[in-house]
Amino acid sequence: MARAVSADLVRALGTAARVAAHAAPRDCACSAPVLADRSDGTVVRHGDLVVKAHASDTDRAGLDVQLAVAAHPALAGILLAPLPGPPRTELDGRPLTYWPHGTPVDPEHPEHAPWEAAGDLLARLHRTPVGTLPRPLPPMRGPRKAAEALARMRKAGPHPVAAVIERAWAALPAWARAEAPLTHATALCHGDLHLGQLVHHEGRWLLIDIDDLGTGDPAWDLARPAAWYAAGLLPPDEWARFLGAYRAAGGPAVPAEGDPWPALDVPAKALTVQTAALAVAKSLRESRALDEVEESVVQSCDRIGALPAELT
Amino acid sequence: MQCPKCHAMMHTYNRNGVQIEQCSGCRGIFLDYGELESLTRLESQWSQQAPPPAPAPQAYPAPPAPAWGAPHHGGHHGHHRNKSFGRMLFSS
Repeated sequence: MARAVSADLVRALGTAARVAAHAAPRDCACSAPVLADRSDGTVVRHGDLVVKAHASDTDRAGLDVQLAVAAHPALAGILLAPLPGPPRTELDGRPLTYWPHGTPVDPEHPEHAPWEAAGDLLARLHRTPVGTLPRPLPPMRGPRKAAEALARMRKAGPHPVAAVIERAWAALPAWARAEAPLTHATALCHGDLHLGQLVHHEGRWLLIDIDDLGTGDPAWDLARPAAWYAAGLLPPDEWARFLGAYRAAGGPAVPAEGDPWPALDVPAKALTVQTAALAVAKSLRESRALDEVEESVVQSCDRIGALPAELT
Repeated sequence: MQCPKCHAMMHTYNRNGVQIEQCSGCRGIFLDYGELESLTRLESQWSQQAPPPAPAPQAYPAPPAPAWGAPHHGGHHGHHRNKSFGRMLFSS
């Protein structure tokens, strides 16, 4: 049933994209590939135009501020700007936003990932003076997403490694579990960085996806690659390229030299727990065992849970 | 004291607590009873304390990792770059 609803939405979204892309929509013969189809974001491309249906429970006022930030000149060359015109519409109770198409990193060739560009873009995003931007920007949703991942794992049913993940989660400070407001940093953050959040557009790499954009601890944006590196998954040279580019561009999340881990530790632990919880939920849904890569993230959780608890 | 070989004067030096006499003429060295053993012992202590040979230079020195990082970091990455990690790189 859920699939049928989703298929209807995708069809309607394709129509919306066609209408937005062409003055005479009925004459077009473009293909309209679905770039992503999830409850929290369905994305359809039509020619040079991309339409995204955001989650139905999206805070509309917050989304409007996030859109205005992405369109702001201070973010030119950092965040992909939405197409000019009316910023958003609604379809089936979901807000729609309109974007130019950019070429993503090829998922078949992650070894071509532009780690330097990712580090450089994040540093420039984090250095953007928040005071000059449209407001009020919501708090960066990183900790909230981690808490939602735990909730998803619990809802998916019992699993042998759930206790290991819960123990690592319990060892995190309250702000990283979205149980207390984050007060120690107010940089502009992306909130959900991974390799799917980079597109090549008009000769340069840009960040996309504004849903989790907000103010908070910029170290959160480095935390997912940091978690992959700590789990032994991301090769040291790729981590070094990413971190080096971030530092070279004056990124404020870590000190310019020396050990970056005091700043990265809590967010990287949170992303490790988030990744493990989502892997467990996914494996239960697909009735399969964890694979080797997912196991290595669970092993990270095991080591995190064995450390003395953080002060909250 | 005179050198038993060239009869020049011998001077006393202290080397790591061992008294040795060296001839000012032929540079020969005279050791008292037990002094050769003392020097041998000092030499073996020194080689035990010496730092291990430097590892082979790497293209990238491994960056620091957290206390909870995977053991043997920097070792077995090749086989991890599989489909599953490829998907993880692109997932929220």
